[in-house]
Amino acid sequence: MFLKDISKRSARYISVNIRYLAMIFALILIWAFFAVATQGIFLKAQNLSNLFRQMTIISFLAIGMVLVIVTGNIDLSVGSVVGFISAIAAYLQAVTFSKYLPKMFPMLVGHVSILGIETTYVGLLSTGLTIVIALLVGILIGVIQGASIAYLGIPAFVVTLGGMLIFRGGVLGITQGKTVVPIENSLVYIAQGYLSNLGGIIVACIVIIAIFIIILWNRKQKKSYGFDINPIYKDLSIAGFFSLLVLFYVLYIANGYRGIQNPVLLLAIVAIIFSYVSTNTRFGRYCYALGGNKEATKLSGVNIRWNIFIVFVLMGLLSGIAGIVLTGYVAAGTIGGGLNYELSTIAACVIGGTSLMGGEGRISGALVGSLIIASLENGMSVMNMDIFWQYIVKGLVLILAVYIDVASNRKSWIEK
Amino acid sequence: MSSEYILKMDQVTKEFPGVRALSNVSFKVKKGEIHGLCGENGAGKSTLMKILSGVYPHGEYQGTITMDGSELKNNSIHDAIDKGIAIVYQELALVPQMSVGENIYLGREPQNLGSINWNRLYANTSDILKKYNLDIPFYAKVSSLGVGKQQMVEIAKALSEDAKVLILDEPTSALTETEVETLMMILRNLKKKGVTCIYISHKLEEFFEITDTITVLRDGMVVDTVKTTNTNTEQVIAMMVGRKMTDRFPKAARKPKNTILEVKNLTVYDPDNPFKKKIDNVSFSIREGEILGISGLMGSGRSELVTTLFGEYGTKISGDIIIDGKNVKIKSARDAMRYGINLVPEDRKKMGLVLMQSILKNLSLPNIKQFSSIFHIDKHKELHECEKISKSISIKYSSLHDKTDSLSGGNQQKVVIAKWLLSLTKVLILDEPTRGIDVGAKYEIYKLMNELADNGVAIIMVSSELPEILGMSDRILIMCSGSCTGIIDRKEATQEEIMTYATGMKNYSNNGNHVNNI
Repeated sequence: MFLKDISKRSARYISVNIRYLAMIFALILIWAFFAVATQGIFLKAQNLSNLFRQMTIISFLAIGMVLVIVTGNIDLSVGSVVGFISAIAAYLQAVTFSKYLPKMFPMLVGHVSILGIETTYVGLLSTGLTIVIALLVGILIGVIQGASIAYLGIPAFVVTLGGMLIFRGGVLGITQGKTVVPIENSLVYIAQGYLSNLGGIIVACIVIIAIFIIILWNRKQKKSYGFDINPIYKDLSIAGFFSLLVLFYVLYIANGYRGIQNPVLLLAIVAIIFSYVSTNTRFGRYCYALGGNKEATKLSGVNIRWNIFIVFVLMGLLSGIAGIVLTGYVAAGTIGGGLNYELSTIAACVIGGTSLMGGEGRISGALVGSLIIASLENGMSVMNMDIFWQYIVKGLVLILAVYIDVASNRKSWIEK
Repeated sequence: MSSEYILKMDQVTKEFPGVRALSNVSFKVKKGEIHGLCGENGAGKSTLMKILSGVYPHGEYQGTITMDGSELKNNSIHDAIDKGIAIVYQELALVPQMSVGENIYLGREPQNLGSINWNRLYANTSDILKKYNLDIPFYAKVSSLGVGKQQMVEIAKALSEDAKVLILDEPTSALTETEVETLMMILRNLKKKGVTCIYISHKLEEFFEITDTITVLRDGMVVDTVKTTNTNTEQVIAMMVGRKMTDRFPKAARKPKNTILEVKNLTVYDPDNPFKKKIDNVSFSIREGEILGISGLMGSGRSELVTTLFGEYGTKISGDIIIDGKNVKIKSARDAMRYGINLVPEDRKKMGLVLMQSILKNLSLPNIKQFSSIFHIDKHKELHECEKISKSISIKYSSLHDKTDSLSGGNQQKVVIAKWLLSLTKVLILDEPTRGIDVGAKYEIYKLMNELADNGVAIIMVSSELPEILGMSDRILIMCSGSCTGIIDRKEATQEEIMTYATGMKNYSNNGNHVNNI
């Protein structure tokens, strides 16, 4: 009996964690390989800093996509939507606002310099309005697609496949086949700017203090309910480990080059909020439950249509954020903006352990998946590998990742 | 060398890491007999069947199996079929979009140079169906057949493979009374033709109707093999549970109080067929602390009736639902829950549980609001409350974070019931609460129902098993093709009486012979 219990427990522990361990291990392996293959260039602060910046756009999308896939749906339109929003943002800045705002607010044309950005008051206003409109467009697209899926009952695959074509058409229509420039410095700053070294250290301190407070608060709560708690050294070493990761990132990667990258900071904030929502709120709990068994969830009194609707609205909002960052990143609106992003996003989720059958997947996993993809792309570019190889390797890694998942699940017959 | 026994298992032992599923199991099946195999869930029946059918190949278990005088060494499922062992599984394994013939010959289609010889396929099918008197059209699409006929297709499929031993795993769990009778007839017929059957079931009555010999398994061991004519239900149950159970139903003296729910002239149309009434002018009431049993044959509208009360069935609904004296409209499960009506659905795996999630998450799913604000779930409070409730009804688990998948059927059902114990429950509807769970667990569910009734909960129980209906209910509502044909008191009810109402032979509304407490 005792033995049975032990073997059951360890089997459970391994099957839950094997995919996450495998993922981290794969990441380390990839980094080690590129470190050797590029004679250390890959691991230089400047390169890693760029790598993290490159992963942000797909990561924003992957955060939303995890929820979409967990509820048993899919969103094929995100690439086109990001391109569409980016084109709108660029058009607003380059054409609409630059033409009308100075006329409407002639008192605001004066120059100003904040955070090291040279701009005008009108430029700041233009960027502010652009951000608001881009987010609203993203939400609106989410509302339309979400309503079609949740309330009209059209399969998500079809709705978003249609959306993929429609919004790609929108991109071409807005840009008229040309690259839309110029973009305000202040918008570019969002995607390309850096926090100062001092700012980075302040952020690091806040995060580390927060980690310790959360872990200790959690212990206190558990104690008050009389639950078993980990020995204090174990909790402290977990907190210490994460603190070291934060320090490594801030001191080596970020401050070792030019500071914390703005989009990475933004990503971290968004990721923490969405992770929290997915695991610590009713809405998040319902998403996983209905992905696991729609019927049982409905009969438990959950409004599943509303939940699915909200998931797509959030996906739209995140597409809006990704669109803004993309515009700043390329400092233009382009016809190819967001092309094939949906595939990279889905790949990041799947590599990160999200099950396409629904009900399973973590945002943190998808972020690691996104980091793996970005590492592959970056590393192969640094190695000067041909672009065709990059596609082939990414495809193979995707299949391999899912195979590891399948193989590790097959082991779980022990539990039965 | 042949003998009177077709199949002999000798000292068969099967171990999983840390668990011994079968230990030294020995029993013999006579040629041409129907051999009943019973035991609680987890007694080792399915493991035994998996060994016979080659799911666990030779070498993964110890001991020997002899079939027709020679040792049986299955290397695969295919191997077992070749040697004449065929299993009709509990869950039907047919392709609903294909015809009867296509299903029977799936994977063994007669071919001419790589193209399927359809004429031969259908001719063979027709021959088999005729030979065993199976009344099914061989060209029909399987999805157009009822569950009972689908099962006949499965049996025909097994017979077409020249099965020497036919294993039926819980064949009646989804059948109506008449379908069960047809099945029994077919089995007797097969017996005459010399087919040997191993019959696995939870319904003991069936053993006494059809089997020649009964082998009882308990905790992976054979308790005894007895001649059916030399034993009775009480003895078999005692062997299964290892103790003498004087009564399958716990006694309770209930004192129902005020009427809590009243249903008047409820009529519901079939959402798939807007001209057909699925529920036809049904009226009844139930009081606090009362157990109302709903009986009726499959398709009589039992489940539809209770699912309508829970707000999840029907689009065109007329009639009144009155709770606590207030006329209410229930349009969704959420509405029903607000009024304190909760449902334990018919199929716990498909409708009751998110199997891939933990026990904890399942328990809290309908109750999260108690532990959370919009922006936060108090996970500690959640764990605390769920632990309390699971202990109070003694769900057996090693951790609440285990997947519900890992629990036995009885414990899974307890989880589905426990989901509602945390929330406001005035009326608890249980649809087939003990389907597919073993005798011991059934007893515990019954005890739990009595406790709830004692605490003033009104319980509506839908069940296909007449002994359960008679053993547990205070009053019994009987349905026949959508309408309520009778509401009778437990004291006056007998199995025969209920069946006459259920088959529409008797109807209180037109002969005035009704006992109605409204």
